[in-house]
Amino acid sequence: MGKRLLEIKNLQVNFDVYGGSLKVLNGVHLTMEEGEKVGLVGETGCGKTTTAKSVLKILPMPPGKVMGGEILFRDADILKMNDNEMRQIHAHEISMIFQDPTAALNPVFTIGQQLMEAIKYSSDNSLSRKEIKEQAVGALRDVSLPDPERILENYPIQLSGGMRQRICIAMALATRSTLLIADEPTTSLDVTIQDQVLRLLGALVREKDTSTILITHSLGVVREWTERVYVMYAGSMVETAGTEELFKNPLHPYTQGLMAAVPKLTGKGIASGIEGRIPDYLDPPPGCRFHPRCPRAFDTCKKEKPPYFDADAGHQVACFLYKD
Amino acid sequence: MNNEILTAQELKKHFHTNRGIVRAADGVSFGIRECETLGLVGESGSGKSTVAYTIMGIYQATSGDLLFKGKDITRESAKRSKKLKQDIQIVFQDPGSSLNPRRSIRQIMDLPLNVHNIVPKARRDEQIAKLLEMVELPADFMYKHPLNIGGGERQMIAIARALATDPSFIVLDEPTSALDVSVQAKIINLLIDLQKELNLTYLFITHDLSLMRNMATRVAIMYLGKICEIATTAEFFSKPLHPYTNMLLSSIPVVSAEEEDLKPKKIVSQGEIPSPVNVPPGCSFHLRCPNRIDICDKVDPKITEPEPGHQVRCHLFEGSS
Repeated sequence: MGKRLLEIKNLQVNFDVYGGSLKVLNGVHLTMEEGEKVGLVGETGCGKTTTAKSVLKILPMPPGKVMGGEILFRDADILKMNDNEMRQIHAHEISMIFQDPTAALNPVFTIGQQLMEAIKYSSDNSLSRKEIKEQAVGALRDVSLPDPERILENYPIQLSGGMRQRICIAMALATRSTLLIADEPTTSLDVTIQDQVLRLLGALVREKDTSTILITHSLGVVREWTERVYVMYAGSMVETAGTEELFKNPLHPYTQGLMAAVPKLTGKGIASGIEGRIPDYLDPPPGCRFHPRCPRAFDTCKKEKPPYFDADAGHQVACFLYKD
Repeated sequence: MNNEILTAQELKKHFHTNRGIVRAADGVSFGIRECETLGLVGESGSGKSTVAYTIMGIYQATSGDLLFKGKDITRESAKRSKKLKQDIQIVFQDPGSSLNPRRSIRQIMDLPLNVHNIVPKARRDEQIAKLLEMVELPADFMYKHPLNIGGGERQMIAIARALATDPSFIVLDEPTSALDVSVQAKIINLLIDLQKELNLTYLFITHDLSLMRNMATRVAIMYLGKICEIATTAEFFSKPLHPYTNMLLSSIPVVSAEEEDLKPKKIVSQGEIPSPVNVPPGCSFHLRCPNRIDICDKVDPKITEPEPGHQVRCHLFEGSS
């Protein structure tokens, strides 16, 4: 067991909109140790990205508003940090890879300008221009891009999607952060390119011993890539377990439904999916937010929000079915 | 093979751009038999949608032939008969943009019924309710607008609209790639049920091979405007021949050990998909191919049939047919 790096406790975030408040995050819990590779899975709109942005404190506020909870990074609460302290966190500790590399890179600056800016920032201006450039070239070489000197002169539009995402990875890792948050890093890429990028990312974080949170909706990617998985539904963490354990023995009815709905290569047909859709955040259902769609819901589920029950060592599930 | 409902022969669609000619579809040949689902798989830019749009008549083919029920239909939509348009329908990838947000579901569904004069005006609402029932939606959905319903329900509406003209052939252009898996499962099952019930033939386009395994009767793989392999689904997944197919299959992230065993031995995916403006000479895959031989960068391979019904376009198999 390593040292605890990040701990999110009961995080609640609302968004004020015309006509009320969207209660988006409703009790997010996440604990990770140094060097761990953690997966955060859930469907569109379940609050994965909001969680990630809360950790980096880059959620637009307003309309966003933290209603409660703590985000402890090395035992210091990120939510209570001032701008200066946050700048240190961004420069040295946490970096993020976004889903769409085209939107994450500025189209009017060259790759070199953007990458060297990041390196300069994270080194507290202690490097000479030559050293910065050397590091930039090294960073591009790390992500197996050919001819790095030329790429530094290129604009994002001159590169393919897979290359752009590799630049974003290079940029995130060049700062030598302790924690990397990768938000759907391969969703916009083709399957063979996704495979390349994930393999590369895996090798790099292993080599640099970076702790990683991989956010994705693809269960397959999580299975191949992470050591521990957190499953989110409608703003709450519903289940967490070691990756192998979770895929062998999913307990929450939502996790089970999700796993059954994934088309399998074995070709035995597809289960029926999950009835209904994600709730309206303006007026979410009381109790367990999954109960209107849950095939096994009973009375308690409609009234109380389930706490975490320990199903097994390291396997927790927020569902009254496992209360005993 | 007389029961082929749609046949494409050496279909080509080239686009002229400032940077050169884009050979989006470059000699595509396949046949789709009645009541089957042909899966067309490929990565972005491989020309899957171009083939679909050419079949629909949205694009005029540069050359080649398209036969539908034995008749030549290689022409634009504007020059096609109403009868033909009624018989071929399409469901697009993104129901958010394929349904007009300013119209109610009823107006959206009424249009094809009106244009093709399917039922008299007095019985339209009844017909719309019937179509909605077919896609398992309640009849009062017709009073809603696309923005007020979920993504999965929108796609159901798009399917119901395609069914409105009672077609025999439907092109499904990545119908579930914009949706979550829990919703996708429902739509796929619905499509399979409708196919049996109404004797439909599908051309199913996707980039998701696991989905294809559960949906298609035969699978065709496209790479840079050309088909590299066609086989029945079972054969395709148990005995993939083309190196690109093997690379694709070994790249799929799967959720169980049982599936892991079905994947070909890990072939490390390498290289980028070349730009379709600048297709490499010889076999277009040779730059990324792990089994490249001398001839590959010079001569474009021909389609061969190593086993009956299993076609592959690769020099490695040219001797074996």
